[in-house]
Amino acid sequence: MAKTETMIINMGPQHPSTHGVLRVVLELDGEVVVKATPDIGFLHRGLEKLAESKTYHQCIPLTDRLDYVAGMSNNLAYVLAVEKLLGMEAPPRAQAVRVLLCELQRIASHLLWLGTHAHDIGAMTPFFYAFRERDEILFMFEMVCGSRLTPSYFRVGGLAQDLPDSFEAKCREFTRTFPAHVDEYETLLTQNKIWMRRTQGVGAISAEEAINWGLSGPILRASNTNWDLRKVVPYCGYESYEFIVPTGKNGDVYDRYLVRLMEMRQSNEIVRQVLDKMPGGAVIADDPRVVFPPKPKVQESIEVLIHHFHIASEGFPVPQGEVYASIESPKGELGFYLISDGSNKPWRFRVRPPSFINLSALSTMVQGRLIADVVAIIGSIDIVLAEVDR
Amino acid sequence: MVMDLDGIVSKVKNKFPESILDASIFRDEVTLHLRAEDILPICRFLHDDPELSFDYLVDLCGVDDYPDEPRFQVVYHLCAMKTRRRLRLKVSLRGAGPRISSVFSVWKGADWLEREAFDMFGITFLEHPDLRRILLTPDWEGHPLRKDYPLRG
Repeated sequence: MAKTETMIINMGPQHPSTHGVLRVVLELDGEVVVKATPDIGFLHRGLEKLAESKTYHQCIPLTDRLDYVAGMSNNLAYVLAVEKLLGMEAPPRAQAVRVLLCELQRIASHLLWLGTHAHDIGAMTPFFYAFRERDEILFMFEMVCGSRLTPSYFRVGGLAQDLPDSFEAKCREFTRTFPAHVDEYETLLTQNKIWMRRTQGVGAISAEEAINWGLSGPILRASNTNWDLRKVVPYCGYESYEFIVPTGKNGDVYDRYLVRLMEMRQSNEIVRQVLDKMPGGAVIADDPRVVFPPKPKVQESIEVLIHHFHIASEGFPVPQGEVYASIESPKGELGFYLISDGSNKPWRFRVRPPSFINLSALSTMVQGRLIADVVAIIGSIDIVLAEVDR
Repeated sequence: MVMDLDGIVSKVKNKFPESILDASIFRDEVTLHLRAEDILPICRFLHDDPELSFDYLVDLCGVDDYPDEPRFQVVYHLCAMKTRRRLRLKVSLRGAGPRISSVFSVWKGADWLEREAFDMFGITFLEHPDLRRILLTPDWEGHPLRKDYPLRG
């Protein structure tokens, strides 16, 4: 009588398709996954602990290092939470620039996902196409704040500085040419027989289950759930831009692909609208308690220099209380739950990490699938381990 | 988004008369402070009640208020997709051997979140299907997000 035994194999933590340092312990019956146990924490840096000893401004660079391919979005969610605690709001121009950069960031993040995900499944070319446009965006970020991945550009109350003069022309050129580039990606994959057979019906999760698992972002929308925080609880003036929320039907890897491609087109539309409507005026709130004084004045007057020094070293006290603020980041609902004890440092700095929660449903999605599907499914969740592990 | 706090409180009070210790609104966010032993039935009620239907567990995390007593808190952020309401639940736990029922049977998303709170604060979630450390190694000593755990390189 034939007797089969299951076999345990290790996938990762050093495996190119786990997008970082994810280890999955797979129990296999032949090629079929009986059980998958993700093992995470290889990139744990104690960010939440670290933040408790930093002033509110000093936490901004920490947030860059959560989902490091979407630094702008992380900055935004954090400063919104602090602004909510303080009961202040950034001026209109700052809000518009925030929307602009976060939508560019969404495109950049989705492009990175597209390139690596397609590469995982065996399509080499999309990677080069996607990284070509992604580099354009990173170049624009470099113009804005001198940094490609870790912007730290948003401040509590607004922005670090205004956009450079040459930015608008560059950005308009990008929005003009980008839709044609998305068409290019689609010619490579959307009707590609191999792509469709590797992704359709793979890793499907129903809407009900996706909600129960707390999934968010494109992966939830691919399961036919119209849920996007930009529409549900608009922040930074998202209600004044026209865009649709793409949803999928089957909740499989293929639908997640379609949803993200459509989202890139929508984000491009939002960027174009922001450029057209861009208000003038200040880029940071007039609130000397919290906001750094203008740099030219710092160099002229000793009092202003002291003011600058005070905010840089001591920070600013934040009223006692607790808030939760969240945004629709490229990966899903990114939230910050801050508890203030009235001092200049957060008492509790909690990140609601979309990648972490989305990844927790991996075992359910891969159960009973082939081992090759595991690669496709991990890719479709779009995780960044720095955010999973913090 | 201000929620009809009174509506939610009275609904929960009808069903669990002694469970709500405090209800407050800060910056338009509603917080209910609950008795720890009732967390599971209340969560199930909030989830199953057709009018409230808090079907989405946004986040679950621990808080350490050392040296205060009760020292620990577990904070639940809920959301109802149908009505777009949000609600925060808090329970307090004593410093010695903090334990509370798991809400995994209500929201599967609580799985890793409870494991993280266990890992970082040493809070035990009773009847959790697989309560192990998640971010740190199994042989790690201590719980780093406790306030008496040193910050060191």
